[in-house]
Amino acid sequence: MTHLIDIKGVRHAYDTASGPLPVLDGLELSVDEGGFCAVVGPSGCGKSTLTRLVAGLMRPDHGEVWLHGQQVKSPRATVGMAFQNPVLLEWRTILKNVMLPLEIVPGGLRGKAAEERARYLLALVGLDGFEEKRPSELSGGMRQRASLCRALVHKPDVLILDEPFGALDAFTREDLWQTMHEVKAQEPFTAILITHDLREAIFLGDQVVVLSGRPARTQHVMTIARQTAPSLDDLYTPEAAERLNILRHEIEIAQGRAPQTAPEATA
Amino acid sequence: MTGTLRKIAVPALAMLIFLALWEALVWINGWPNYKMASPSDLWPAYVRYWELFLVMGWQTLWRTVLGLLLAIVVGVGIGMVMGFSRTMRDALYPLLVGFNAIPKATVVPIVALMFVGAHDFNTVLIAFMISFFPIAVSVSIGLSTLEPEYRDILRALGASQATIFWKIALPKTLPEFFGALKVAVTLAFIGTNLMEIVSPHGRGLGALFDSGKTNSDYPLMFAVLIALAALGILLYYIVVALERVFAGWAERQPG
Repeated sequence: MTHLIDIKGVRHAYDTASGPLPVLDGLELSVDEGGFCAVVGPSGCGKSTLTRLVAGLMRPDHGEVWLHGQQVKSPRATVGMAFQNPVLLEWRTILKNVMLPLEIVPGGLRGKAAEERARYLLALVGLDGFEEKRPSELSGGMRQRASLCRALVHKPDVLILDEPFGALDAFTREDLWQTMHEVKAQEPFTAILITHDLREAIFLGDQVVVLSGRPARTQHVMTIARQTAPSLDDLYTPEAAERLNILRHEIEIAQGRAPQTAPEATA
Repeated sequence: MTGTLRKIAVPALAMLIFLALWEALVWINGWPNYKMASPSDLWPAYVRYWELFLVMGWQTLWRTVLGLLLAIVVGVGIGMVMGFSRTMRDALYPLLVGFNAIPKATVVPIVALMFVGAHDFNTVLIAFMISFFPIAVSVSIGLSTLEPEYRDILRALGASQATIFWKIALPKTLPEFFGALKVAVTLAFIGTNLMEIVSPHGRGLGALFDSGKTNSDYPLMFAVLIALAALGILLYYIVVALERVFAGWAERQPG
């Protein structure tokens, strides 16, 4: 079976002044088309390196990254990226910011069609009426919504989200989780989400991958059957609590703070 | 008071107060005009030499502007090389700092000897030499401090280096560039006048200043200084206007 994203036996080390620093060692990850893979792991374990590999911004020392049955060797216009820092361009309006990728990708929409596409996405995330504003006039959560629109505007195969909600307050973050589900229902995409938030991981992901401490390998994979209309209430069920418990335990193992045994079954 | 009126009235009033204080200072101390000319001494000088002021002022202005344009071209060029390449940055910084640390007054006689008689060229050259440094530094810093995410957003879409430069690096550096240009404008005037005062060709406001000195026409000397200040203010506000057009987005709304 082929997946939309396939990462096979990836190893990578950075050159530093004190010799090579291995960050990834034996990373395995597969995401089906339309899948949402949340990746969690201790700080500095190489999660951002993972996003750069999938985006084709760098190549691994060993192993392979496949997208859509093609090995990733260089950047491809078929990915969309959103970071913790929304990196909107202050000299452009929100609308023009969202349209930016269309100016770059080959065969991207032009002119009126491009503008309509951007307006449609902005309305989808609740930013209608803010098209002509400057990024600095928006709140952090709104900026992140605009950044999400920009990542989606050229209909990428893969959405790479590197802690996009990490700098937001808890309520705004939960709002954006809901928005993600709403957007995905209208604009289906395949996503890799890097996050530190376990609740975020189980709320958004249909697959949660726990990476070990550096050098990171795939330590644990949790599959979550996704219901049709997720609600925040889902986070307060015994089922969710058990998932969080398992993930917390896995993170403790990854941090080297717990012995490598299965978590005790919840009573 | 409306916004525009305020913008003109406040600095105009400040200038009037400055002139009044200056006049008072001279009057209270009873200084003769060879010690310090007062504003009321300047007016007769302008009336008497207005033609010279126009001709010499134009000489100074065009050479300064030319030197400044040269400084922009070369400064942006060097800034780009240093902004994009770490190696070039490491290589060029000490050289640039060293070059900038040399007082340009000492360079003037060297240049004057090197290109004897090429007065216009020499003046433009000194104006350029004194003013390109802040431009080069600001552009290099603007480019080298571009957050990697900005680059990645476009690189991940397969954008070329040139596209990244035009779409992101260049506009993002514009506020720093204009900041440096404001400094460079005033520096360029210093450069032009250094050459005009030292060099014996008798052109430019610097030469007019020098002739005031030789003829013991002290009010003329002060009148030249004020004329230079006026030209400096003029060029500065032209840069401010350009900044508003090209980098107006960087100006935050107050409040």
